[in-house]
Amino acid sequence: MQVAKRLSALLALLLAAVLTGAGVSAQTPSKPKISFVYVGPIGDHGWSYQHHKGLEAIKQEFGDKITTSYVENVPEGPDAERVIDQLAATGSSLIFTTSFGFMNPTIKVAARHPNVKFEHATGFKQAPNVATYNARFYEGRHVIGLIAGKMTKTNTIGYIGSFPIPEVVMGINAAYLAAKSQNPNVKFKVVWVSTWFDPGKEAAAAKALVDQGADILMQHTDSPAAMKYAEEKGVMAFGQASDMAPFGPKAQLTAIVDDWNPYYLRRVKALLDGSWQTGDVWDGIAQGTVVLAPWSAKIPADVVKLAEAARDNIAKGALHPFTGPIKRQDGSLWLKDGEKASDKDLLAMNFYVEGLEGALPK
Amino acid sequence: MDLVSNILISIMIAATPLVLAATGELVAERAGVLNLGVEGMMVIGALAAFAALIKTDSLVVAVLAATGAGASMAALFGLITLNLRANQVAAGLALTMFGLGLSALWGQGYSGLSAPPFPRLEFAGLADLPWIGKLLFHQDALLYLSLALVAAVAFVLERTRLGLILRAIGENHHAAHAIGHPVIAYRYGATLFGGALAGLGGAYLSLVQTPLWAERMTAGRGWIALALVVFAAWRPWRLLGGAYLFGAVTILQLHSQALGIKIDAQVLSMLPYLVTVVVLVIISRDKMRVKLTAPACLGKPFHAAA
Repeated sequence: MQVAKRLSALLALLLAAVLTGAGVSAQTPSKPKISFVYVGPIGDHGWSYQHHKGLEAIKQEFGDKITTSYVENVPEGPDAERVIDQLAATGSSLIFTTSFGFMNPTIKVAARHPNVKFEHATGFKQAPNVATYNARFYEGRHVIGLIAGKMTKTNTIGYIGSFPIPEVVMGINAAYLAAKSQNPNVKFKVVWVSTWFDPGKEAAAAKALVDQGADILMQHTDSPAAMKYAEEKGVMAFGQASDMAPFGPKAQLTAIVDDWNPYYLRRVKALLDGSWQTGDVWDGIAQGTVVLAPWSAKIPADVVKLAEAARDNIAKGALHPFTGPIKRQDGSLWLKDGEKASDKDLLAMNFYVEGLEGALPK
Repeated sequence: MDLVSNILISIMIAATPLVLAATGELVAERAGVLNLGVEGMMVIGALAAFAALIKTDSLVVAVLAATGAGASMAALFGLITLNLRANQVAAGLALTMFGLGLSALWGQGYSGLSAPPFPRLEFAGLADLPWIGKLLFHQDALLYLSLALVAAVAFVLERTRLGLILRAIGENHHAAHAIGHPVIAYRYGATLFGGALAGLGGAYLSLVQTPLWAERMTAGRGWIALALVVFAAWRPWRLLGGAYLFGAVTILQLHSQALGIKIDAQVLSMLPYLVTVVVLVIISRDKMRVKLTAPACLGKPFHAAA
């Protein structure tokens, strides 16, 4: 009986969490309201933190011409739909939903609110009032892959993955191909933690990878826990989403920093002057959306040169990180010699490239 | 065989916050207080420990701050449920949400800061033993404290007069009251103890596991601790075993992936929870067994006049 009671209590909690998860601020009807939906806490010092910097930039730029609101810690799934709907129904003019898992909820809510404009980050479904935007993080992954390939002593790179979605798989493949081009013996060990944000679990994954011989860590999760662990253990790591040097002053080689501000300012301006249109924007190093944090002093000069050349060539369009010949893990040919991957292929990437070990979770 | 030893050390580190928080909750529940606010008390403890460490540079102060903060949260819960006799389930849920919100608010200034790694004790000579040296004699003080606390709680509950009174109050508060035991006072004591240990469990996260503060860094461990108490059928040593089992599944799934063993990551992530559900089903299979293990007055408010 007690057990049943306990379980029902847990269910009650889930409901309560769902009901209170969204604190929506009151709106002023006269000014357009810009709203943001975040998957993590704004204090994660990673993904959501960087999007929130965009909101701060909007506030600073447009001041009292607009109002803003945001909801953080919104779980991906059915709950997201309720949160987004709530924002749409309470007077938002433009809503940014900033995680891949918000894609279907955004599309559904947008259909119910044709007068509200939506922007979904990292997705691939558009509508007349839903634009999508993304950043070419794989360009940054290419650069850190080159550095890792040059600098690993154990020839083992540890990679902490969140979920096996194209975005993350693309990053692993890009980093691996680049590392392999510099160091044919390099091996990647990938650990999936099935969460975007759990510092304890991310640190445990980092420890598992180091215990198994990795001397450089890469991550596609949102907390600085792995960087912190690398610092403690004296191994090297790459920051994710934001510059994580404060957590690993000695450990961080560089970081792939997401700078969404230019895009957000552009879109809010378009909303205000009436030129907003749906679209699909995929900016990268060239547009300043993907930025590499300052190089660590540990990186030798020739490696810095190599990394900078790659970065600049990507920006110029002279280098595409996925240029054939590239085979899939099963040995089948993906890209012919000289062929460049199309954006469509990249956004649907659901396979490892040849040479990576382990099976990609489905 | 360094890898095996390293894996075992990781398991102990992953399990210790659960051991601490669940042991505290176990004591509270044996006295009849169901406090679902473990997650909230843990996260407040995590923040208090980290903030105190940044301000004072003293690990002792940090640990004391965490226990104090956890106990303060528990005192609030006691006031609401023991004095004002509010529903314990609702109050516990509120405590969790309150703790998560409050820690996010107060923690704003701490989320970019970094603390030094937590020192490990080293028993001269013993730590150099092959195989077991590092595993048994080169851990942090809080880990040893967690084991000592389990032993102490098991001893007090089963072998002392204090334990007998606490259990009596948990089983039948009217009977305990009738023979002159101050029910509310004992329940306060058990609740505060539970809060202090939850705070300590939180401190283990922000001081040892990842020496930093991040919002919601407990990531559901308070709920796992609550489940572990039921899993262990309210027995301290079983609880220790359960927590280590849970830690083992968590860590082994990470290692098996890095070793390239082909099991779906999602299945592995699910395993610890699956194990909990299975055990819950097993122990609630027959009515008698549940009756014998769960404190009969768990979650019931006490009215002295009745």
